[in-house]
Amino acid sequence: MELLEHLALGFSVAFTPENILYALLGCILGTLVGVLPGLGPVPTIAMLLPITYVLPPVAGLIMLAGIYYGTQYGGSTTAILVNLPGETSAVVTVLDGHQMARNGRAGAALALAAIGSFFAGSVATMLIAAFAPPLAEVAFKFGPAEYFSLMVLGLVGAVVLASGSLPKAICMILLGLLLGMVGTDVNSGVARYDFGIPELQDGIDFAIVAMGVFGFAEIMSNLEQKENRINITDKVGTLYPNRQEMREAAPAILRGTALGSMLGILPGGGSVLASFASYTLEKKVSRNPERFGKGHPAGLAGPESANNAGAQTSFIPLLTLGIPGNAVMALMVGAMTIHNIQPGPQVMSSHPELFWGLIASMWIGNLMLVVLNLPLIGIWIKLLKVPYRILFPAILVFCTIGVYSLNYNTFDIFTTAVFGVVGYLWSKLKCEGAPLLLGLVLGPMMEENFRRALLLSRGEFLTFVERPLSASLLAAALFLVVIVALPSIRKKREETFVEED
Amino acid sequence: MQLRNKQDFWAGAMFVALGLGFAWGATQYQMGTSARMGPGYFPFWLGICLALLGAVVALTALSGKATETHVERFDFRILAIIIGSVVLFGLLLRPLGLYLSLFLLVVASSTASHEFSWKVSLANAIFLTLFCWLAFIKGLGLIFPLWPTFLGMD
Repeated sequence: MELLEHLALGFSVAFTPENILYALLGCILGTLVGVLPGLGPVPTIAMLLPITYVLPPVAGLIMLAGIYYGTQYGGSTTAILVNLPGETSAVVTVLDGHQMARNGRAGAALALAAIGSFFAGSVATMLIAAFAPPLAEVAFKFGPAEYFSLMVLGLVGAVVLASGSLPKAICMILLGLLLGMVGTDVNSGVARYDFGIPELQDGIDFAIVAMGVFGFAEIMSNLEQKENRINITDKVGTLYPNRQEMREAAPAILRGTALGSMLGILPGGGSVLASFASYTLEKKVSRNPERFGKGHPAGLAGPESANNAGAQTSFIPLLTLGIPGNAVMALMVGAMTIHNIQPGPQVMSSHPELFWGLIASMWIGNLMLVVLNLPLIGIWIKLLKVPYRILFPAILVFCTIGVYSLNYNTFDIFTTAVFGVVGYLWSKLKCEGAPLLLGLVLGPMMEENFRRALLLSRGEFLTFVERPLSASLLAAALFLVVIVALPSIRKKREETFVEED
Repeated sequence: MQLRNKQDFWAGAMFVALGLGFAWGATQYQMGTSARMGPGYFPFWLGICLALLGAVVALTALSGKATETHVERFDFRILAIIIGSVVLFGLLLRPLGLYLSLFLLVVASSTASHEFSWKVSLANAIFLTLFCWLAFIKGLGLIFPLWPTFLGMD
């Protein structure tokens, strides 16, 4: 049993006191940003990236991963208690979760969400352990042409499955790719788009873009909307769901886990899509769909399991192919490159302790999160009462300190300020930042593989469609674009995302 | 011709401008051939693609069937305060040191909130400065200029 050996190695790494501590720290931070509306995992991870310089690679990645899946737990707490999604993936949790709280079952709702998330997290972690090695085998057969096509598929998938206008999102990707061109070209040594500024020759750090576009711009949008705090459900009540609630929730948890795991693997997938899909599915299969939106346990447990499963399995494309499927995974790529680890199929063989340690820590982290979110719920409720006027200067402080410590250079602070202004403009024009960030991270990788593929084929562009693997990846990308562009599906897609607003 | 989808139109116009800008910039570098690409090749074509797609976005926004959208008003006061206080922090960090510039950043940015109060923001500034000292300087050992240079304490 190779798998067991691998997992044993993983747990031996994850169970060192240091790594347990960092997993715990990541989970606490994740819950914190998950609970607070208006602060998401992307700026948080970007803020903390510089700190991981100081940590050993395993510990750093364990902490960052903890933040990501921690936000899934924290986001649902806010959704249930305040009727406000702490995270985008918790948007559907609001529907039935908050209704349960209003019916006096807040404790049960929190417990169901946590149990569902834990179950889904455990299953998804096992899936990563089981499926990552064979997938990585496939990845070794990839040449530059395949990698290029895979990145195209990943980028297309990211926009197709996301909300908003499709052509605009593709434009944002292209812009991100172009921003990725800034800096010294690895092949020729020519500094591109540097405007004679030495700091720009190293390229634009994506942490800077993430903090400007997601951190600063979000603060400004939030400040504009004049905060109006909604009453918080203080009375949590018993944490034990009753028998009927359990019976109704259990199958939803199973279905949510399966659905979420599948959607998480898709490029561009992840927790948001998974939770929406699961809610729709539960409503479809339910014998009494009229109870949805009025506090049906299945409408809470399904999406909660699905978003956590999706959050976990979205690590699969990153760990096996080195391709980030969403903005958080793009930041994880950055964290790995900081430590000179090139994400991709070779990670498993060259850094087995990192790979399996990370996977094992995910399971430990999920266990910690149940403890953090159920018995300690009182602390998070208190935190929800912190007013925004105290919160946003703190976010600004952490962002600026994080940016400065990237290179110990004030120039980076000014660049972030510029991206803050640009991000504010984009938010007014409804241009999404996530595709831009993905493009920025993938830009240099894509150019490199594009060049290499054409060098190998002596400048013949047909190489991308003549190689069967590459051709099928491109065909899949094209297929995705076409089905989304079809009028009937476009309408459906718009309807699905209307609920989000 | 009337402008129905204002959001998309301006977004498209921006993409066209940026795409052409990048493509023009790329012509300053060697293009090379498809087999032996120079540094200008990939960004040039990316820029062209961006400009073309941006034009499509802008033109669809002009069509009669486009959904009507408006660009929300910019709140220049908030924008100036937030970005201004961050830039101020960047400018003051070297001469004044971390503690003072951090304190100023918190107080200055707090004025952007419609619930601003001196008492709360001063208390918050003291708390955050202490927190940063504890977490970043003591805990993580990040290296910052700490005190004003004229005091010569570093």
